Amino acid sequence: MKIHEYQAKALLSEFGIPVPKGAVATTPAEAKKIAAELGGKVAIKAQVYAGGRGKAGGIKAANTPEEAEKLAGQILGTRLITHQTTSEGVPVSKVLVEQAINIERELYLSIIVATANRMPVMMASEAGGMDIEEVAKVSPEKILLEYIDQATSFQAFQGRKLAYRMNLNPAQVRPATNLMANLYKLFQAKDCSLAEINPLVITTDGEILALDAKLNFDDNALFRHSNIEQLHDLEQEDPLEVQANELGINNYIKLDGNIGCLVNGAGLAMAVMDLITQAGGNPANFLDIGTVNDVNRVVNAFKIFTTDPNVKAILVNIFGGMARVDIIAKGIVEAHKQIDIHVPLVVRLAGTNVDEGKHILAESGIKFIEATDFYDAARKSVQATKGEVN
Amino acid sequence: MSILIDEKTLLLVQGITGNEGSFHTQRCIEYGTRVVAGITPGKGGSEVLGVPVFNTVEAAIEKTGANASMIFVPAAFAADAIMEAADAGIPLIVCITEGIPVSDMIVVHNYLKGKQTRLIGPNCPGLISPGKCKVGIMAGGIHLPGNVGVVSRSGTLTYETVAQLTSLGIGQSTCVGIGGDPMPGSTFVDILKLFQEDKDTRAVVLIGEIGGTAEQEAAKFIKEKMTKPVVAFVAGATAPPGRRMGHAGAIISGSSGTAQDKMAALTAAGVTIAPSPAEIGITVKKVLETHS
Repeated sequence: MKIHEYQAKALLSEFGIPVPKGAVATTPAEAKKIAAELGGKVAIKAQVYAGGRGKAGGIKAANTPEEAEKLAGQILGTRLITHQTTSEGVPVSKVLVEQAINIERELYLSIIVATANRMPVMMASEAGGMDIEEVAKVSPEKILLEYIDQATSFQAFQGRKLAYRMNLNPAQVRPATNLMANLYKLFQAKDCSLAEINPLVITTDGEILALDAKLNFDDNALFRHSNIEQLHDLEQEDPLEVQANELGINNYIKLDGNIGCLVNGAGLAMAVMDLITQAGGNPANFLDIGTVNDVNRVVNAFKIFTTDPNVKAILVNIFGGMARVDIIAKGIVEAHKQIDIHVPLVVRLAGTNVDEGKHILAESGIKFIEATDFYDAARKSVQATKGEVN
Repeated sequence: MSILIDEKTLLLVQGITGNEGSFHTQRCIEYGTRVVAGITPGKGGSEVLGVPVFNTVEAAIEKTGANASMIFVPAAFAADAIMEAADAGIPLIVCITEGIPVSDMIVVHNYLKGKQTRLIGPNCPGLISPGKCKVGIMAGGIHLPGNVGVVSRSGTLTYETVAQLTSLGIGQSTCVGIGGDPMPGSTFVDILKLFQEDKDTRAVVLIGEIGGTAEQEAAKFIKEKMTKPVVAFVAGATAPPGRRMGHAGAIISGSSGTAQDKMAALTAAGVTIAPSPAEIGITVKKVLETHS
């Protein structure tokens, strides 16, 4: 799960990491007021779940409160399109108004879990303010790594190593080391999947502070962080994905094709997408129905398909293991009772309780195209979108 | 022969009294697995499906000599369950539970360091040595005893693969689902080593997916150490980059995470790539014919 920059900075601050003074505004008038309080010279930053804001015009510098008001008015209420968003962009409903900072150096600092090493790793670089993946590609020697043993936590010597290797001056080493230790404390305490400060700046006064911040959280750990979960801004997410989530379908990703896919298992769901593409079609979504054996979940998946105007055929491919085919079949029948489904339905069933499942579908009288295996299902669903089978 | 589980496996089930736990324990028993104990704290002394229930893993091992554990405990408590089993000295733990926080798994991996316990999963379908023993949630009936080993990050795609093999008359020595999490207890390399050493495994099928570098590490091992033929498929070639496809492991981050890169690495290691997920079985058949 993602949160906004202003929320991330509030958390950094809570963990003792210095951030620029600022506040969030939802109207130009608020932006003006905040700018006046900060002395007039401010940065106006669009609050969206996407990187690349600067190049896309989402960050502007103002010299007076009046200018802040005007610039905030140009950003608020628009949709920002960056290289990380779709062509529709994401809505800007809030801007962060922040004191202008005189920058001497821009550094990079982040923590992620290095899955191959099964431990968190702190990444630091002198090449801050840039896309770190680009830095990794072009000059990997500029990326410094310190692995963090969960049993011993982040140690001061690791901070000193990074600080001296980034050529900080001696007076900056201790504050930098403290900042790194605090970032790890935050990462650990809040079950982050990413804690990134880019850039981490040294000001012309020699101070060190987080000029931008990005925090992502482990979805599987949100159950123990209800205060973090509340920060989730659903406006920033795809509306169909939000609806799917509200209906208890959390493994749904909207894609741009026209075949609604209901599959059990993430790997199989991806393989079905691959097969649809090979058969000349285009999936409307990725959907792993998961292993919760719940008839309503299947009904809700059909609700999502019928809400998506692009869907021209529905493909159900279930190979029951933990998921039981009979329950999926009951869900398909129940969906037809509750919703009007106009598009052709292709069904392929196999695995746990398959005979019961097939029996339920046959008895129901529902019209569907039966497929013998998953390639057959993919092929028939592609044909169905073209009206070639029914 | 087979790897990890066989007729000598004595299984205990942690979370046996839950819905999924009892349903799948029943299926394992029907398949012929010797389920000797169940664990549910507070329900010790009772019986489920004819299996005695204990409060702790330690007590169950003392009474039954169990040598493998299958875990269905909910995600919030699963890490604790894994460590309890490891503490009791169980050599094989199979954790079916999905959705365990990454930070919990870091604690688990730290705990397992230096112990003799092997962890399969979490977020996995388990494993089966057809005709001998099933420790997992896969439908037993689709399998056939034989000489092809299967190792996979995806549960249901493993079922598809096995169904294809069985329909072509190609049996399996052991099928291992290592799970879709980013930090599995056992990796492709761990399982490939066992298949390479197993006398009765003639060839191996490897099912990968986008995200991480497990397939690249497997490719390196295959190139350097494996003499048996390997057939592979990597799911997610058409997944849009930057999106997480259900499995926490399936995040494309950087170029090494794409299906194309993984398939290229495997091809360079001499692995035969199945052109589509529907052609895994037929590809194995061809490879077996050329190697016989």
